[in-house]
Amino acid sequence: MSKEITGAQALMRALEAQGVQHMFGIPGGAILPAYDPLIESSIHHVLARHEQGAAHAADGYAQASGKVGVCMATSGPGATNLVTGLASSYMDSVPVVAVTGQVPRWLIGSDGFQETDATGITVPVTKHNWLVMDPGDIAQTIAEAFHIASTGRPGPVLVDIPKDVLQAKFPYHDASPVDLPGYQPKTKPNVRQIKEAARLILEAERPVIYAGGGIIAAGAGPTLQKLAELTGIHVVTTLMARGALPDDHPMCLGMPGMHGNYTAVTSMQRADLLIALGTRFDDRVTGKLPAFATQAKVIHADIDPAEIGKNRRADVPIVGDARLVIEELISALQAEFGKGATGDYGAWTRQLDEWRSRFPYRFTQPDDGMLKPQFVISRISDITGGNGIYVAGVGQHQMWASQFIRFQRPRTWINSGGLGAMGFGVPASMGAKVAMPDDEVWCIDGDGCFQMTCQELATMAVEKIPVKIGIMNNAHLGMVRQWQELFYTERYSQVEFGWDIPDYVKLAEAYGCVGLRCESPDEVDAVIEKARGVDDRPVVIDFRCDPRENCYPMVAAGTSNDDIILGPEFETDHETHGDTLYSQDPPEEDS
Amino acid sequence: MKHTVSILVENKPGVLMRVSSLFSRRGYNIHSLAVGTTEVPDVSRMTVVVDLPDKPLEHVTKQLHKLINVLKVIELEPTASVVRELMLIKVHAEPQTRSQVFELAEVFRANIVDVTTDSVTAEVSGPPEKIAAFEDLVRSYGIIELVKTGRIALGRGERGIKDRQLRAAV
Repeated sequence: MSKEITGAQALMRALEAQGVQHMFGIPGGAILPAYDPLIESSIHHVLARHEQGAAHAADGYAQASGKVGVCMATSGPGATNLVTGLASSYMDSVPVVAVTGQVPRWLIGSDGFQETDATGITVPVTKHNWLVMDPGDIAQTIAEAFHIASTGRPGPVLVDIPKDVLQAKFPYHDASPVDLPGYQPKTKPNVRQIKEAARLILEAERPVIYAGGGIIAAGAGPTLQKLAELTGIHVVTTLMARGALPDDHPMCLGMPGMHGNYTAVTSMQRADLLIALGTRFDDRVTGKLPAFATQAKVIHADIDPAEIGKNRRADVPIVGDARLVIEELISALQAEFGKGATGDYGAWTRQLDEWRSRFPYRFTQPDDGMLKPQFVISRISDITGGNGIYVAGVGQHQMWASQFIRFQRPRTWINSGGLGAMGFGVPASMGAKVAMPDDEVWCIDGDGCFQMTCQELATMAVEKIPVKIGIMNNAHLGMVRQWQELFYTERYSQVEFGWDIPDYVKLAEAYGCVGLRCESPDEVDAVIEKARGVDDRPVVIDFRCDPRENCYPMVAAGTSNDDIILGPEFETDHETHGDTLYSQDPPEEDS
Repeated sequence: MKHTVSILVENKPGVLMRVSSLFSRRGYNIHSLAVGTTEVPDVSRMTVVVDLPDKPLEHVTKQLHKLINVLKVIELEPTASVVRELMLIKVHAEPQTRSQVFELAEVFRANIVDVTTDSVTAEVSGPPEKIAAFEDLVRSYGIIELVKTGRIALGRGERGIKDRQLRAAV
C-alpha cells in the first residue's frame, strides 16, 4: 500500500524524477500548495519578479543547456503573463514545461477570482497542454509533459493544476513509461531519400547548406562541420543556428536573411542546390518567396514533417533528426566517393570568396565621434573571444549581435527569433547563466527591450547571477525608427525614448547591480574589462550609441533577396576619409 | 477545392477545440464538421469538409498529425467513399399545398417527422447533392428553418480505417 501524499508533493516528486534542478516562477493563490513542498525539494527555485521573466528565463535556460526549462506561476494573471514566453519558445522550438495553478475544480467555469482558461489560451502557443483533474494523474502528466517538450521537434507545454487537486491526498504511484499513441516522432531518415540527396549533392555545381535551429536542437553542430569539410560545401547559419558552425570556420558564410550578409543571402539566391537542414524557410530568410533561390533544387530535412513543403516545395523531402540525417548523408556520400564520384564546386567557391572579400559587414567608427553599436559589439566579441554565451533582445541590436559576434560553438547565441519578443534578453540571460554558471554570459540589449523586463535585475542581484548587460542605448526604438526613416519618409512617430530617462546607471545601482556608462570609443575596452571583473552581481552598461545608425545589409520586407540593400558604407569610398574602416576580414582560404 | 477528411482522435475533453483552433489559426476554412463516438470507446471520429482554394491538403493533414490527441488522418476521395448528410427541414405547408410537399418528400425518400396546421418537417438523408436538390425544390413553399448534420463519410470496401487499425492506434 503506497503512502498518501498531496498532489503538490506528487508534483515536486515528479519534477525531481525528471531531473529538474532549477525552475523559475512566482507564487500566488492557486499555486500556493505547490510552493510548500518546494521548501523540502532539491529543486532550486529562482523567484522571478514577473511571470514573463520566469518564462523567458526558462527559455534561456533550455537554449543554453539543451535541458528542459521549467517555469511556474499561479492561475489567471500568472498564467497569462507566461503566454509571451511560451509563444517565443513555441516559435523557436525550445523545450519548456510551464506549471500553472488553477482555481479549485468546483470553481472552474464560474469566472472565479483569478480564473482564466489557461489551457484554452495556450493551445496555439504550446505543443500540448493538460488540465489535470485528478491528483493521481499528476505524476504521469509531468512525465508526458517532459517527454513531449523534449522529443521530436521540441517545444513548450503547459500543465494546469487546480488548487484542490494540489491539496488532495491520494496514494502516490510513480509514472509508468510514457506511451502516447498519437505522438510517435520519426527520427530515422528514409534511406532512399538520403541516396537521392547524395546524388543531387554530387551533381550540383553551386550547392549551399542552409542550416537552421534544428542543428542546435539535435546537437548536430560537429556533424554538420564534418559534412561541410567532407564535401567542401559552404554553410549559411540562420539566426537560430548561429554557432552551429564556428564563424571562424572557412566554410561558414554566416547569417542569411533580412539583415544577413551579402554572401550568405546571395549564395542562396544563386545556388543550384539548397541543402536545408533543420530549418523552415522562414519569411525573414527567404524574402519574397516566389523570388527566392529560383534556380535551386531543394533537399529539405526536418524532424517536423509539416515544415517540409510548407513554404517551399522540396525536391528531396527527408523527415528525421538533423544529426541522424547528416550522419546518413555522410555515409552515403563516402560510399559514392569510394566509387570515385566527386563533387566539383571550385568555381562556386571562388565566387563565394570573391563576394566575401568584397561585401563583408561594414561600419565606420569615427575616432572622436559617437559610439557605433557595431563597434561595441565587435569589441565584446573580440575581448571575450566569442567564447561566452550571448543573449539578445529584439531589434537592431539583436541583428548587430548576430552579425558581429564571432560565435565559436552551439548554444552560445540565445534570442527570440521567431516571435521577436522584445524584453527577452534580460530574463533569458538570467536563465542562461543559471544553466551554465561557469560561462560568461553577455546580454546585448536595446534600451527599448531593457525597459520591458529590467525588473529581473532584482532577481539576479538577490540570487547573485552575474550577467553582463550591455545596453546599446540609442534613445530610440531603433528598428522602428529605421523603418520610419526608410519606408515612412522620415516621419518619426512614437519612437523616441530619450537618453536620460531612466538613468540606467542609477537604475542598475538601485537594483543592487553595478551600473556603468560609456560614451566614447576609447572607453569601450576598459568598461568591458571592468564588467568582466565583477562576478558577484549583474553589471549594466549604458553604451550611449548613435541613434541614426541603421542596420545593414537589409532586404526590405516583401521584396526579393536580389534587391538586398548594402547600405551607405558601400556607396562612398571610405579609404579617402580619415575614419578607421572596421570590417570583418574574410576567412582564410580553405587549405 | 473541397476535401473530406476523416480524423480519428482520442476521446478526451478539449480535443474538438484543439482541432478547430488549428483550422482557424492556419486559415483553413471548415465547410462542415461532424463528430461522434466509434466502435472503440476511447476513440472518436471527426469528418471535416475543408475548403482549400490554394493549398494542398497535405498541409492540413500534416498539421493535424502534430496534435497529440490525433491518432489518424485520412482523406476520403469522393469516388472511393460513401458520403452522407442528414437534414431536418421545416417548410410552410397550408392544407392546400401540404400534399405537394408530401409528394416531393416521397420522391426523395424523405420522412415526414412532424406536421402542424401550417408546416411540415421532413427528414432527408443522402449524398449532399440530393439534400441540396430537395432544399431547392421546397424553397418556393417557404423554408421556416433547417438544420444539417454536416457530412459523414466512410471509405468503400477495403478503403478506410478498420477496427483492427483503430484498436492498434490506442
